[in-house]
Amino acid sequence: MDAVFDNLPRYLDGFSVTLLLLGVSGVSALVLGTIIAAMRISPVASLRGFATVYTEIVRNTPLTLVLFFCAIVLPILGSTLPFVIAAMIGLSVYTSPFVAEALRSGINGVPVGQAEAARSVGLGFGQTVSMVILPQAFRMTVPPLINVFIALTKNTSVAGGFFVAELFTIGKELANARGDAVVAVLLGVATFYLIITVPLGLLATQLEKKWVVQR
Amino acid sequence: MSRGAAVLFDAPGPRARRLSLILSLVAGVLILLGIGWILAVLAAPREGPGGLELPSMLSPERWNIFTDPDVWALIWRGTLATLQAAAVAAVMALAFGVVLSLLRSAQSRWVRVPTAIFIEFFRGMPVLLMMLFILLAASTSQFWAVVWALALYNGALIGEALRAGLVALPKGQREAGLSLGMRQLQSKMLVEFPQAFRQMLPIIVAQLVVLLKDTSLGYIVGYTELLRTTLNNLASFYGNRYLFSLFVVTWVVYLAMNLALSWFARWLSRRTESGGGGFSWGRNKGAEPPEDPNQALLVAEASADARTSATGGGAPGSRT
Repeated sequence: MDAVFDNLPRYLDGFSVTLLLLGVSGVSALVLGTIIAAMRISPVASLRGFATVYTEIVRNTPLTLVLFFCAIVLPILGSTLPFVIAAMIGLSVYTSPFVAEALRSGINGVPVGQAEAARSVGLGFGQTVSMVILPQAFRMTVPPLINVFIALTKNTSVAGGFFVAELFTIGKELANARGDAVVAVLLGVATFYLIITVPLGLLATQLEKKWVVQR
Repeated sequence: MSRGAAVLFDAPGPRARRLSLILSLVAGVLILLGIGWILAVLAAPREGPGGLELPSMLSPERWNIFTDPDVWALIWRGTLATLQAAAVAAVMALAFGVVLSLLRSAQSRWVRVPTAIFIEFFRGMPVLLMMLFILLAASTSQFWAVVWALALYNGALIGEALRAGLVALPKGQREAGLSLGMRQLQSKMLVEFPQAFRQMLPIIVAQLVVLLKDTSLGYIVGYTELLRTTLNNLASFYGNRYLFSLFVVTWVVYLAMNLALSWFARWLSRRTESGGGGFSWGRNKGAEPPEDPNQALLVAEASADARTSATGGGAPGSRT
């Protein structure tokens, strides 16, 4: 146990890098995903096609390969980005189709009758979307989005394999240094991840449970 | 809503249609320009150390190793290693999933609660960390570290999915089984479980696609699967000059495997959709399950929990 407590500052260092990765790539994935989702439901055919191809390709590429590209192939192509930034780019790109999918399925989940009713009462496009569709879509989007962020939290650990000193890397180094307390050290690392993922998971389940009844 | 998107606004007239056509063409040109720019960057000669000019990424000098059948043999071996790990892990994950779902919906609280904690623990942990853990703590081979970690993680998820499927079944199924004189376990295994399994098949297969993708984490813990074979072993044998082309080939192989499996998953979910059962995805009857297994699981779990709390019984198994 003291292997954990002695190295608490190092854990916290790693944890802060993990949180940084999570925050920055979470926000940029949200932005990127929203753009992709907007493209996918837009009336412009070429954008729709682009967004569909992008989603298919990125979702079927393993994260390891994406991060390998950002951390190792990009420098060969002439980029000089630090590894942390490269990892953030990779994580956001990888997460963006999942965000887009969560948003799109939320909007798709609103029954057509809602829009029809709004239209037949005489509401215009803007009114229909902002007053009828989006408020209902929002409820259906938040729990899946939380789920996407949980997955992102776990995925930040992969950046540890590509020269970013976050929680996983710290855990690996500490486990190598303290061969006698491997289990304790790694359980310590797991605890930090669980601190983020378990409450978020409970929140998502709670919200979904609350809103699923209303459907 | 995608079908009903036209409901949101008036049917486009000739002017709106022309506008959207123009926008479409402009965007198409922009996308082509983007692709052209990427190709131009790749085709430009590289500057090496000391102003040395190196061949561009697309020049044949960087691709000539692929005429060597030995390279393809190694890539094939790497692919096989990936598929092998995925297959073993998938079978184990399914087995874990079945056991966990049965334990999770057991009658005794003393079984149910620890199982729930166990499942939450494995769901909340990064798979990569679990691989490292198993590798160091159990000092197994890299192969088994990868397989066990994937099996435990995906087993926990599949277990949750199956439990949600069990809960979502109409109560009458169990009652009918019991009134025929079956025991609790018999009714569960012979009547309820097959239906739950079928209901959750789309989620399970989608989760197995994720499992296949996650075998690539073996690269980081040192299991010689596809990524490690090409991007580490072959790249260090032939030199970094070929890293880019090796990367592209690896990417294409992964895309081919995953796309094939995803299409199979989609086909399967469309096929099973017509099958009966007391469960519908979303509000629209016959709505397709979300493609993301995580998301589908969330919906299934929430409906399951809502169902249990609505009927007042804490445990789905305690209603007899």
